Amino acid sequence: MIEAKNISKWFDGQQVLHDISARFESGKTNLIIGQSGSGKTVFMKCLIGLLTPEKGEIFYDGRSFRNMDSKQRKDLRTEIGMLFQGSALFDNETVLGNVMFPLKMFSGMTKKEQLDRAHFCISRVGLDKADDKYPSEISGGMQKRVAIARAIALNPRYLFCDEPNSGLDPQTSIRVDNLLSDITHEYGITTIINTHDMNSVLGIGENIVFINKGRCDWTGNDQTIFRSDSQALNDFVFASKLFREVKKYLEKEYDK
Amino acid sequence: MIISSIRSFGRYCTFMTQVFRFPDKWSVFGRNMLNEISKLGVDSIPLVIIISIFIGAVITIQMTINIVSPLIPSYSTGLATREILLLEFSSSIMSLILAGKVGSNIASEIGTMRVTEQIDALDIMGINSANFIVLPKIVGFVLFVPVLCVLSMFMGLLGGWFIAEFTTMISVENYTYGIQSFFNEWYVWYGIIKTYFFAFIITSVAAYYGYYVSGGALEVGKASTNAVVSSSILILLADVILTKLLLQ
Repeated sequence: MIEAKNISKWFDGQQVLHDISARFESGKTNLIIGQSGSGKTVFMKCLIGLLTPEKGEIFYDGRSFRNMDSKQRKDLRTEIGMLFQGSALFDNETVLGNVMFPLKMFSGMTKKEQLDRAHFCISRVGLDKADDKYPSEISGGMQKRVAIARAIALNPRYLFCDEPNSGLDPQTSIRVDNLLSDITHEYGITTIINTHDMNSVLGIGENIVFINKGRCDWTGNDQTIFRSDSQALNDFVFASKLFREVKKYLEKEYDK
Repeated sequence: MIISSIRSFGRYCTFMTQVFRFPDKWSVFGRNMLNEISKLGVDSIPLVIIISIFIGAVITIQMTINIVSPLIPSYSTGLATREILLLEFSSSIMSLILAGKVGSNIASEIGTMRVTEQIDALDIMGINSANFIVLPKIVGFVLFVPVLCVLSMFMGLLGGWFIAEFTTMISVENYTYGIQSFFNEWYVWYGIIKTYFFAFIITSVAAYYGYYVSGGALEVGKASTNAVVSSSILILLADVILTKLLLQ
């Protein structure tokens, strides 16, 4: 479990995060949602430790990130997997090379064990025949899956995903979501997904944190999101015509 | 301007303290370094050969045309060609040329890694990204650059020999006698020592510009240009200082 307490962050004197507190449960897909520019990426970067918040604390299963020394932080890093918006695969490595990379650096496994583990992860994301391909030779959806395979190679306790669906078609997007959800439940990982894709919200949103203008405006799940009183959340959720229709339908259902 | 230069220098020094740490894994470092030697050093050999041969030939022609006095011995052409190549061309000018090729390559590669979040990915994994990416480039190129320097000296002299052999401007005997006359071995070492410093400037400055890119493709291009301009200026400055220190 990851817990953020009263996180505040300033850039050039301007406050972008205002006392955000949130809990992200293990074995669940935790979503951070919000409009572009709402501060959700900054919040996620604070959670990972890429940015240092001026105020507040972050606890990884009760361990305060602020109080960790550099060795403890380095050890914690090996427990974290990250899926970047643009996949962030190493261009000069093949699919296999990318997945093996964290194993080579940190696992202490023999070469054969590394290969077995990498093949297992690649096969887990359904890319058995892409071992020798370079990132530029595979599609965006496949790149995302390779990035997931790399992120889970070291059996992480925490998995962070920054807009995993961006640039993907709806079908591939759902496939990536389902994969993340399956992996989270299978290994009991604390997964935090940063997204503004409503399909993801409804598909895998077991715990949702809505960030609005740098503040935590609402928390809930995919069941309660349609019944929220938050105007900002409603504006966000029902921005598209499709979801306005869904809302009308649901309201009729509730009336019945 | 002055404040921003001081700030950049401070950031460069901080960056270097991150770069010069013990690698997380020596085996990975060794393999990366060999890759960099191949990519930055070995791949530069054709460019060094071509440029050196032509410049050597041009220097020989220029010397032959301009040194026309009965008071100056005819072997002076070979001697002057050799001195120019050893003292300045194969170290300083070749380094300026390599700053264009190697410097832009490093800055654009690292800059692209930055904007595509590959550097963030390394940081998240707990890897010292500056050390992991940059140290093999610096060490690899610094180790290999004397090879390029000596090769350039040899090819430059060969270029002059072609002029002697295939034209009637100067005889081969005079040219070969000239390039052997009054030979000072220290000049070769002087050239090699200078290239060590220049190689460090090229790789570290280019890596610095690439590492701190923010934005997109446009900024990567700008970083690449800035890296070449800055390293060229620093090479010229270092050239003056090293010449004063090593030759006086």
